[in-house]
Amino acid sequence: MIKILKVIATIALTALIGIQFIPTSRNQSDVVPVTDFINNYNPPKEVASILRTSCYDCHSNNTNYPWYNKIQPVAWYLEDHVSHGKEEFNFSEFGDYSDRRKKSKLKSLLRQVEQDEMPLDPYTLIHSDAKISESEKELLLGWVNKVLESI
Amino acid sequence: MKNIKSILSVMLITILTFTVTSCRDTKKEDDNGMDHDDMEMEHDDMDMNDSSMNSAENKGMTQDKSASDAIVTNYLEIKNALVADNTEAAASSGGKLVSVFEAFEVSNYSEAEQKELKEIIENAKEQAEHIADSPVDHQREHFEILSKDVVDLIAITGTNKTLYQDFCPMYNDGKGAIWLSEIKEIKNPFYGSKMLTCGTMQKEI
Repeated sequence: MIKILKVIATIALTALIGIQFIPTSRNQSDVVPVTDFINNYNPPKEVASILRTSCYDCHSNNTNYPWYNKIQPVAWYLEDHVSHGKEEFNFSEFGDYSDRRKKSKLKSLLRQVEQDEMPLDPYTLIHSDAKISESEKELLLGWVNKVLESI
Repeated sequence: MKNIKSILSVMLITILTFTVTSCRDTKKEDDNGMDHDDMEMEHDDMDMNDSSMNSAENKGMTQDKSASDAIVTNYLEIKNALVADNTEAAASSGGKLVSVFEAFEVSNYSEAEQKELKEIIENAKEQAEHIADSPVDHQREHFEILSKDVVDLIAITGTNKTLYQDFCPMYNDGKGAIWLSEIKEIKNPFYGSKMLTCGTMQKEI
């Protein structure tokens, strides 16, 4: 019995070490594109900081990776997560969206943050600084509302 | 005397025939052109809208208003599912609507219209995708955006169906929201059974 467990443990460990060598693509970019949301709408400093810490990791072309992202299978999980997040709403490409799409995206942003659906719970569990407090929420949503009305 | 009588009756019949046929002609024209009601509205506005009326009439001749039929049908399915608080039915109609948007052919329209249509469809398709894959509250949020898209789309493509544009003043934090319905009676898709008859009819499309 112990022998079998030992074999299983060895196989699992080898697999775990093995997958560390599989490369993943990283979502990082040094250039801030002209289509970037913060670039285009010049939010107040606090709002820009909320957007960068709480939204940009998954919804822009530049993720601020945590150290554990170097470890598999965490990296895969995050890769998938970020690519889905960007597909839904990419702040880096906001300027390329049609006005119609800009409005729908901001409307959804307002609703998701208002209802505490975003940022996602598993994300804020690890990134406690990404949690949006009630006062931050008010600040962010008030400003986004103004942007929405201006489009 | 007899002669005069017969001449009079011949004249009367001629006039009657004339009236009847001309009536029929105008009716035919109406059918070829725009909706009957729209036509009357344009007449009320008198000459000012003459040019726009002509272009709209031309559009009616060369373009097929039924192009939007599948979109409208699936949209109304989602609407009715939300009225009935039926999340699964709304989701499955949302899925169907995604493929209908993908299949929509824009090449029959002018360049400016194509650009507008592509933007509408890109946005509307995303809303349909979310409706296909969300709990009921989210479905309603995306249905609100979708409704605006479908209204704008129909403004370009036209539709054979009689639709009513309804307004719910409460939804969206009191900013209000519109939806389209095939019936005159108010059945509110944003709140379903909670507030079924809340809302007003804004206009007939």
